[in-house]
Amino acid sequence: MKLIFEKSIPGRGQDIFPKCDVPVKMPNVKAKEIKARLPEISENEMGRHYTALAKRAHGVNDGFYPLGSCTMKHNPRINEKMANLPGFAKLHPLQPEHTVQGANELITELEQFLCEITGMDAVTFQPAAGAHGEFAGLLLIKAYHHDRGEAERNEILVPDAAHGTNPASATMAGYKSITIKSNENGTVDIEDLKAHLGPKTAGLMLTNPNTVGLFDPNIMEITRLVHEAGGLCYYDGANLNAVIGIVRPADIGFDVIHMNLHKTFSTPHGGGGPGSGPCGCKDFLMPFLPGLTCKDGKEYKRAEKSIGNLTGFYGNFLVNVKAYTYLLTIGKDVASLAQNAVLNANYMQEKLKDIYPIAFDTTCMHEFVIGLDPIYRKTHVSALDVAKALLDYGIHPPTIYFPLIVHEALMIEPTETETRETLDEAIEAFREIYDRIFNSPESVQQAPQTTPVLRLDDTRAAREPHLRYTFD
Amino acid sequence: MGTFIPNTREEQLKMLKEIGYKDFDDLFKIIPDEAKVKGELNLPEGLNEIEVDRKVQGLANKNVVFRSIFRGAGAYNHYVPSAVDAIAGKEEFLTAYTPYQAEISQGILQSIFEYQTMIAEITGMDIANASLYDGASAAAEACWMCKDRKHSTIYVSGALDWRILEVIKTYSFGRESKVVVIPDKDGVTDADALRKALADDPEASCFLMQYPNFYGIVEDVDELCKATHEADAKFIMYCHPLALGALRSPGEVGADIAVGEGQPLGLGLEFGGPYLGFLSTKEENMRTIPGRLIGETVDTKGDRGFVLTIQAREQHIRREKASSNVCSNEAWCALRAGIYLSTIGPKGFEEVATLCSSKAHYMADELGKIGMNLVYGGEFWNEFVTTCPDAEKLNAALEERGILGGLPICDGNILWCCTELNSKEDIDEVIAAAKEVF
Repeated sequence: MKLIFEKSIPGRGQDIFPKCDVPVKMPNVKAKEIKARLPEISENEMGRHYTALAKRAHGVNDGFYPLGSCTMKHNPRINEKMANLPGFAKLHPLQPEHTVQGANELITELEQFLCEITGMDAVTFQPAAGAHGEFAGLLLIKAYHHDRGEAERNEILVPDAAHGTNPASATMAGYKSITIKSNENGTVDIEDLKAHLGPKTAGLMLTNPNTVGLFDPNIMEITRLVHEAGGLCYYDGANLNAVIGIVRPADIGFDVIHMNLHKTFSTPHGGGGPGSGPCGCKDFLMPFLPGLTCKDGKEYKRAEKSIGNLTGFYGNFLVNVKAYTYLLTIGKDVASLAQNAVLNANYMQEKLKDIYPIAFDTTCMHEFVIGLDPIYRKTHVSALDVAKALLDYGIHPPTIYFPLIVHEALMIEPTETETRETLDEAIEAFREIYDRIFNSPESVQQAPQTTPVLRLDDTRAAREPHLRYTFD
Repeated sequence: MGTFIPNTREEQLKMLKEIGYKDFDDLFKIIPDEAKVKGELNLPEGLNEIEVDRKVQGLANKNVVFRSIFRGAGAYNHYVPSAVDAIAGKEEFLTAYTPYQAEISQGILQSIFEYQTMIAEITGMDIANASLYDGASAAAEACWMCKDRKHSTIYVSGALDWRILEVIKTYSFGRESKVVVIPDKDGVTDADALRKALADDPEASCFLMQYPNFYGIVEDVDELCKATHEADAKFIMYCHPLALGALRSPGEVGADIAVGEGQPLGLGLEFGGPYLGFLSTKEENMRTIPGRLIGETVDTKGDRGFVLTIQAREQHIRREKASSNVCSNEAWCALRAGIYLSTIGPKGFEEVATLCSSKAHYMADELGKIGMNLVYGGEFWNEFVTTCPDAEKLNAALEERGILGGLPICDGNILWCCTELNSKEDIDEVIAAAKEVF
């Protein structure tokens, strides 16, 4: 389809701005010579352009979206309605404090909810996304060690199954990442962990359940060992949906956590963001918190040894309003989310495991991983091919080629908001694709066939980059 | 209690039995008992939709929504055309994840490709990324882009918004690079001080300045750019995107990187977020850009399509060697910016810049007539600083009238801001109120 620039006709456009009711006066500086080539298009044409684009997109509202590690659950409408209230959406971030008491009350109460859910003592809403929350949490760890005169602790331990953001965040925080191996069960190899703990250990970053969907049975020992070595334990909350209401990260030895409000707490992901990645910590880390913190629900203050700010104002406030609305709805029954999420994942795993190789065949948490490698070796049909074939069934594919410890990985996370019928349809699709892998492998390798474009050439995009429209 | 779980308890039990579990306790026995929560969480009872609506509305109503706003300082009260909300509200856009699977995400990918083009156009640069969290964090990422083995010191102007500086410093605590603030003189960067500092420091990597700066002044960018380039450092301009409808773009000036806060492009004030960090640069810096990039390619039939590209920079591929840890960005805000710029077009882009400037100059003149004079002599666009006999008293009087006055800053001065939404009548009302107070 055409780009909006290709629909632009000089002289067309929309009339938004009023005539100037004061004398026109511009800053007296060197004149602008080059004009921006923005589209000139009527409202109707523009509306149709974006409607056509919307038809070429797939959201949770369009169909099943079992994208592992991304928790693509339903985004309740009431959340959107509340975030759009003028009493929130029209607040200037630098309004006097007495004019934003409702906003402060909301954030304070949301902080209490999240503290109760995680077991932490405080939460900062400065981080705008999960990776930003990781960065904030690592800076808290760094500030803590520096404050104690232990700046030589410059290593962060990261399991090989971790999200790529973990080691990337560690680098941003000035740390060296040390990779810890997984054992044959897919969880942390305790001996390898022990071998890497020492006087240089600043901390461990762990996702639990991890990225293969397994709850680490040795978790209490792991956090104890890290603490004994003088390190702190960071909980990557990407998979919190699996244990919400059932396990509290602080109770199992974690000192810092980030949560992805756009995963566990139902706020929409908007095709890439905005998210919100609040970072929680135990009381001994509170003096280092970023931004302004508010303990009484009224006055915001800077923590005494604060690491600074991560966003210009207070993070993604309206996203936080949505998460708050969600938690008011769910209330104390949060464990029901984890229960159904875990049930749905195990149901799918159980109904596929007779044909697809499951990476670690045991009870999973909220997601499970198929390791297609044995099938790939026999048939040359890859995880990518299976993912693309699912597109023709109207299903968003799982996360593929992650975690890195599983070859030809397909990581499936159904979430709790899917019905049994939806799961059954997806299972049926997976089984049909399995038959095709053996009966007509080329039909899988050539999928998709029903999407607006066929398989795209990623290599060409990277080798000959075209990152913008080229005007004639 | 409200719920979004579709299956009934009976259905759940049936499914559990079917896959070999007695009940949920049986399913969750994989978690060691000592790790489990004892008893019930201290959270309120869940509410149904009407109760939730009432409670959250109640909180919203405790806040004051000003009908007339003269405060900026990083968050600007611009008009959001109706089309922006209507189009961006489409659930296909709102409820999608990052477009990892290109074939069913062409709509998202193309909208961001168009956004990248528009940002490159307004900033006069070759290429732009798919968005970052907000202006301040984008500024911090831009500084990091300039670092190499031999050059790591970050220089910033003293006339930079302290909130942006604060974020740059926080990122630098992580990355362990030095941040040096070049003092401002009469509301602008002291160019001599900059020249001297850069000449004395072989490790200087970049200089970042704001355009217009925190005090609203349009600095002599040519001089600052020249001074920076003479020292072989990179010149970064932090821009108000709508100012670029009136002022020369960073590309015209010769900057290496343009960044800024995209909030004025179709986003509301939103109590500070979600906003939109934009970043654009010259083509030669393509492989050090942080965050997502969308590129054009073809499908197996040769038809045009779009994909996430040059991913070898990114965390999911490069892990600890990535150019940034950015994963989620602000794609939906970028979509809004794209719709906004398409709505106003090149004509509106100039009009809005002219309106902001004219209103600000009118207001500055009128304030001057009642003794609230401009503090600095430099040229300004939408914001300016005046003296004030008693900022607190004036703002309190304005607040009673439903007006959010300018931001009180150092020495009892006020930083005022005008946009196209401030009519002459609104401005005259502020003047009248000030006359009553003083």
